[in-house]
Amino acid sequence: MYDWLLFFHVAAAFALVSAIVVFSVVSIAGWRADRPSTAVSLFRLSKVATPLVIAGSLLTLILGIWLAIYLDAYQVWDGWILASLAIWAIAQWSGKQSGRDYTRAQQLATRLVDEGKDEPSAELRSLLQSRHGLMLQLITYAAVLAILVLMVYKPGA
Amino acid sequence: MTTAAIRPDDWNFPLLLHVLGAMVLVGGLVAVVSGLVIAWRRDEAQTLLTRLAFRTLLFVVLPSYLLMRITAQWVASREKLDDADLAWISIGYIVTDAGAVILLLSLILGYLGVRRARSEGGGGRGLFRALTVLSSILLVALLVAMWAMTTKPI
Repeated sequence: MYDWLLFFHVAAAFALVSAIVVFSVVSIAGWRADRPSTAVSLFRLSKVATPLVIAGSLLTLILGIWLAIYLDAYQVWDGWILASLAIWAIAQWSGKQSGRDYTRAQQLATRLVDEGKDEPSAELRSLLQSRHGLMLQLITYAAVLAILVLMVYKPGA
Repeated sequence: MTTAAIRPDDWNFPLLLHVLGAMVLVGGLVAVVSGLVIAWRRDEAQTLLTRLAFRTLLFVVLPSYLLMRITAQWVASREKLDDADLAWISIGYIVTDAGAVILLLSLILGYLGVRRARSEGGGGRGLFRALTVLSSILLVALLVAMWAMTTKPI
């Protein structure tokens, strides 16, 4: 039972990080894109990452708490687990906020393509190069890395 | 109820890098396979997504593979498991060593595919299809290795 709980917990974490990598590939490639059709093609990739981020986020949380209850060595109220839960919430918030910026870019690109306007768009470029979105992405990376550090080092355990 | 194994602290840093490398490696391969499959199905996105898949292979998958593999050896030497006859260690070595060959082949196919697409305008489809298959095999093999690393069957 423990082995399978751990396996699915780790698999969920892999799904979450995979989604972050896919979103990062899209945002880095999108940084220099200004044509709506290019942006639309790139955003097709992010459709793969959306279910991964949802499943990964929920399952890491549920299975992580389950593991903490199941194991004698740990308690849900251990400092490193509470810190992980708090950082998990921060990662969710920053990930969702940065996703909103990119959703606006995706909607604009799709609308322009539907209207047959594929010339470079300054508005689209500014959305794809949003510093706000980039900062939030960096916060998400830092939060996920911090959770991984806590999971490996388990300070105080 | 059960008790988790507690490992010595000095294994933690290489283990952190190993897990981080493995996670980014799997994520990079998910991006590569997804990009190639979408490019396969949509002509208008083919050039962009196949080039992006090759760059992801080169700049994300290759470095993260090296990080994962080098730190795997580091962890194994710290745990004195270099020559251990354990199924989960053997699975890890088989997958990563075969994975190195698959990754090298994938990089060659991707490079040739991007070159052909550039010179022939939309060419290299066969090469990208072969790359999709190889990357998918590597991704599945890594998931098997992840199962072996976490459940540690004997």
